[in-house]
Amino acid sequence: MAWAKTAERTDAVRTSIRDQRNRFRALPQRTRWAIWLAVELVAVIVISVIDTSLGVAAVAILTVLWVPKIADLRLRAAVEVALVVFLYIAAQSWTDLIVDPQHTAWMVAAIGLGLTWVPPAWRRIAVPAVVGALAIGYPYYVDDLFTIPLLGPFPDVRTGVVMLVYIMMAIGLNIVVGYAGLLDLGYVAFYAMGAYTVAWFASLQFAGETASGAAKRTVHFGAVGIDPKLGGFHISIWLLLVLAGIVTALAGVIIGLPTLRLRGDYLAIVTLGFGEILPQVARNGDNFLGTGRNLTNGPNGITPIDAPGFGTHLHDWTGGVLPANYLTVTHADRIFFWTALLLVGITIFCSWRLRDSRLGRAWIAIREDETAAAAMGVPLMRTKTWAYATGAFFGGVAGAYYASFKSATFPGDFFFNISVFILCMVILGGMGNIWGVILGASFLAYLDQAGLANTGSWLNNNLNVNIDVPLYEFGIFGVILLVVMLFRPEGLIPSARRAAEFHEGVSDEPLYDQTH
Amino acid sequence: MTTEASAQVPLVGKFRGMGVVPMFGLLLVALVLAWIVINFVKELEASTNVLFIGITQGAIYALVALGYTLVYGILELINFAHGDVFMLGGMISATFATSVFGLESGASGADWLLVVLTLLITMLLCGTINASIELIAYRPLRGAPRLAPLITAIGMSFILQDIALAWKGPNFISVPDILPKGRIFHIGGVVYQWNKLIVVLITVPVLIGLVYLVQNTRQGKAMRATAQDMDAAAMMGINVNRTISFTFLIAGSLAGAAGLLYALYVTNVRYDQGFQLGLIAFTAAVLGGIGNLPGAVLGALLIGLIQAFNEGFKWHAPGSDWTQSIVFSILILILVFRPEGLLGERTPEGA
Repeated sequence: MAWAKTAERTDAVRTSIRDQRNRFRALPQRTRWAIWLAVELVAVIVISVIDTSLGVAAVAILTVLWVPKIADLRLRAAVEVALVVFLYIAAQSWTDLIVDPQHTAWMVAAIGLGLTWVPPAWRRIAVPAVVGALAIGYPYYVDDLFTIPLLGPFPDVRTGVVMLVYIMMAIGLNIVVGYAGLLDLGYVAFYAMGAYTVAWFASLQFAGETASGAAKRTVHFGAVGIDPKLGGFHISIWLLLVLAGIVTALAGVIIGLPTLRLRGDYLAIVTLGFGEILPQVARNGDNFLGTGRNLTNGPNGITPIDAPGFGTHLHDWTGGVLPANYLTVTHADRIFFWTALLLVGITIFCSWRLRDSRLGRAWIAIREDETAAAAMGVPLMRTKTWAYATGAFFGGVAGAYYASFKSATFPGDFFFNISVFILCMVILGGMGNIWGVILGASFLAYLDQAGLANTGSWLNNNLNVNIDVPLYEFGIFGVILLVVMLFRPEGLIPSARRAAEFHEGVSDEPLYDQTH
Repeated sequence: MTTEASAQVPLVGKFRGMGVVPMFGLLLVALVLAWIVINFVKELEASTNVLFIGITQGAIYALVALGYTLVYGILELINFAHGDVFMLGGMISATFATSVFGLESGASGADWLLVVLTLLITMLLCGTINASIELIAYRPLRGAPRLAPLITAIGMSFILQDIALAWKGPNFISVPDILPKGRIFHIGGVVYQWNKLIVVLITVPVLIGLVYLVQNTRQGKAMRATAQDMDAAAMMGINVNRTISFTFLIAGSLAGAAGLLYALYVTNVRYDQGFQLGLIAFTAAVLGGIGNLPGAVLGALLIGLIQAFNEGFKWHAPGSDWTQSIVFSILILILVFRPEGLLGERTPEGA
């Protein structure tokens, strides 16, 4: 059978690649580094021929990767200072070579290299502190940042808010997928529930109409910047964020309870089904099950939605620090950005503390071996349900905040694709590792918002092709999922424990994989 | 419940032993049955036509569901890419039928040979595609955590969709209306047309052949052994890798056949059709009891009927906007009430 031959040949190629890699790893370090350098040199030359500024960026990145390997500390420090000075001078004088004139690459290099000098014991605090500080200050210096080669300029503040919302969702999904090892393919459903909770209780949706044209229901509680006579529910967004989280967490429990006792892949398919049902309910909810009730306004979505705000009272009391209404401030985007940052911070903190808690350790135990965990007295159902509910909570809050930020919610925002998109973030970054997930989420969200379009136009300009790259976004994500799972299942920044699981496998070496 | 002993127990006693959950499930089934019966009583002719549509749809779902069930039976993997192989089957057959063989609407006698030829080519190509997917995306991950092949399956599904998107573009491609529309019988308002019957006529021999293959041949024996215990099968001298490749080949060719039938019956295909239909077919496989071949067909027929009833009935039918929600609700309800499916056997793992 010709097919069997092809299959066996493929297996043989796979084995030989593995052998080659092992042989390469067994070489002396000097030889290995020499080979790496040669390969990188060729790559840099090829890249530079295509695009000069890309070549410069490649050199900078490679140097930053190589320099910390220098054993002699004085030499290392000298090289690093030289690198930063070089980048500074390059930015000032070679404006014709490097396309973008406003350069801050030297600052980025200085901060990055500086961090490698922090003793390992302090790194756990120093890195988050620096990253956090940079994130808080982001709106102030974003306009001065350099253009990332291939991807385009750094995201503006508005895009930043969207990215933060995605980061929050990715961290929430990471609790389910990364910690507890349950595959949730319907995460977008929780996102949608959060968004619609806010849309219902902070808009005109349920105003109704009496015969005289006046609103039937007018319920106000802590809403800011709304005419008190306006119909419909208008609850404070802060309360609604919590409410949305609780509602979605409850929904997570309701979905989870009957299905979590099934094996993992059944959970995947049930969550997928759930994630398909909810957007359809949202899309057809203007005539709910043919009863004529308008729940969701159908494909037109619910808009406008109230903006968050602290009210004039708190505004005056804090001396104008807290904005009364997010929409009336001069830099509304910045306020939204910082609030999102705060929410992400809370999410990170909760996720991090949960991981080290009794519950978190139970999640990891279940992920590694369900039977063994049950034998050790971990209550499977309760632990899994908690993972599910916690993940759902953050998804709900993220959806709620996003709805308030966009002041609208449409059923089209909640396709199955989004679930896979967020899953892709978690897997690319590294399942189970918060930093990895944040990196994966920022990168993919940026790619989705702006990067892919820029890369597409770069490709079309430089390689003389005509491909609509953003059209193939999800194919690209599919390739990312496939490649990461096949070659680096632990993701870009792996958690050591997860990496070990993937490389050792969960069972013994299978008999049938032996090559003859 | 259906054992002989319980048949002698008076009706009330029979229900007393049940939990609340199965009782609720039975009530639900009874309500649905009542709804169907009332619809039939109110408008017999229209409802019978709807029934015929449902059977045809069910037959197409059955072919796809069989592929899910075969693969799940052997690898315990939900092959998310299967629906997209089905979609590619539609695209391939559309291309061959129009561009290569130049078929047009209303085919005559000699053209039927070409249709059969298209069917064979599509089945072969789709089988090869499916087996290649296994080789690329699933084989290296055997022995990895169960999550890993599921994730690559989703990745593969998106990749196949975008391959079709790059190949045929984002719009519906129309397929020539080859299937004859002549009436087989015509009683009152009830019409049964050839195009509906042909779809069923192709599905039935395929199912019989498949059951024969799995139950009576050496290859089928190897498949069953591999499904039970891979290591033991390998020790008995079965080439496990080849058996799994063969299973994917069969599953893919079934999807290809379904793709052709769907394309000819609905007369248009689009790159994103496969995923939705694949999920519905998977629901059918779960409904019938996953890993069980006749179960997949039964489940597919039921799902096809439910979909047709929902879209075609006049009295209190939610309508086509809600089809998906209803099908996935069924999926969730089955997993809650009877995870082993209608014809499946209860296993210690619960599903």
